[in-house]
Amino acid sequence: MNAVWLILFSVSIVFAICTGNLEAFTKSIFEGAKSAVEVSLFLLGIVSVWMGITRILEDSGLIYRIAHLFKPVISRLFRNIPGDHPSISAITLNVLANLFGLGNAATPLGIKAMQELDTLNEHKGEITFEMMIFIVLNTASIQLIPFSVIGILASYNAANPAGVVLPVLIATVISAVTALLILFGFRKVLK
Amino acid sequence: MIEGINYLSLLIIPLFILFTIWYGTFKKVRVYDSFVAGAKEGPGIILSIFPYLLTIFIVIKGFQASGAFDALRNGFYQLFSFAGIPIEVVSMAIIKPLSGSASTALFTDIVKTTGPESVATKMTAVIMGSAETTFYVLAVYLGTVGIKKTRYLVPVCLTADFIGIVVAVAVVRWLL
Repeated sequence: MNAVWLILFSVSIVFAICTGNLEAFTKSIFEGAKSAVEVSLFLLGIVSVWMGITRILEDSGLIYRIAHLFKPVISRLFRNIPGDHPSISAITLNVLANLFGLGNAATPLGIKAMQELDTLNEHKGEITFEMMIFIVLNTASIQLIPFSVIGILASYNAANPAGVVLPVLIATVISAVTALLILFGFRKVLK
Repeated sequence: MIEGINYLSLLIIPLFILFTIWYGTFKKVRVYDSFVAGAKEGPGIILSIFPYLLTIFIVIKGFQASGAFDALRNGFYQLFSFAGIPIEVVSMAIIKPLSGSASTALFTDIVKTTGPESVATKMTAVIMGSAETTFYVLAVYLGTVGIKKTRYLVPVCLTADFIGIVVAVAVVRWLL
């Protein structure tokens, strides 16, 4: 992240100087700060709601039942998560929310999953392989039906807005599997 | 069919909440107090994510405003011009991993200017549906637990994004 950030910022500033976009660049810094506040405020509400709901799931023991139910599937991919660890249910709920396109629920549940995965982390501050699998799954967008895309296409009178469903599904599956293969490939090469 | 699935996805959260609170009550959990105790964690989480979000957002906005984004897009367009890829697709490929709201705005603009049946619309629609705002996901999830050493995660995500876009373009060529 350090290298990406350093390069992006340096290139931007050099470009702003060369092209004379200095005013726009400076303004954009404050705009970025503003949208970080806006997104955080939005997340504050929605994350708190889902933390409340997952606390009920924990206190009632339901979350451990969900973990137990999905353990066979999840532990195929996440080899180092022990038995009925609550991270399994958090991961499961995040994946299900992503599949059904419930982005507002997926992010808080993903945050919960990351916290649970961090309880298994022996070197705090350093990412574990399990966390990497989880994040790669989330950056690969495993949504079944792209509702917002269909909505935009429909509002501009496309002949068949739902026609994108199949290509999106094929592209999603191929790229999610490829992403995981790349991750496992990196581990193998770097080991 | 789509309406049915759409309705199902609207139904899923209310039903899930209803089931959760009744299951809790059945297990003698004081659901109100439990919810409050959980919600109390929210502000702490957001506080730990906020600096990461801020750091990512300012650099992305700056990248777009400085003209570097346009230069990168034109560069990539020249590079891939032999493959006959519309320039809109190149824009989307760069903007999608960086910003969710900007990519939605861009997609709407592409549909408006090139028409809902154009190749550019079809390709960007598939990218919109099959790619994710990688840097936002990274900022939020890494920020939550304060990860500083990300090992090889970022290169993996960027390679995966690139391949995802190639796949999206190939699928549209093949199917539509």
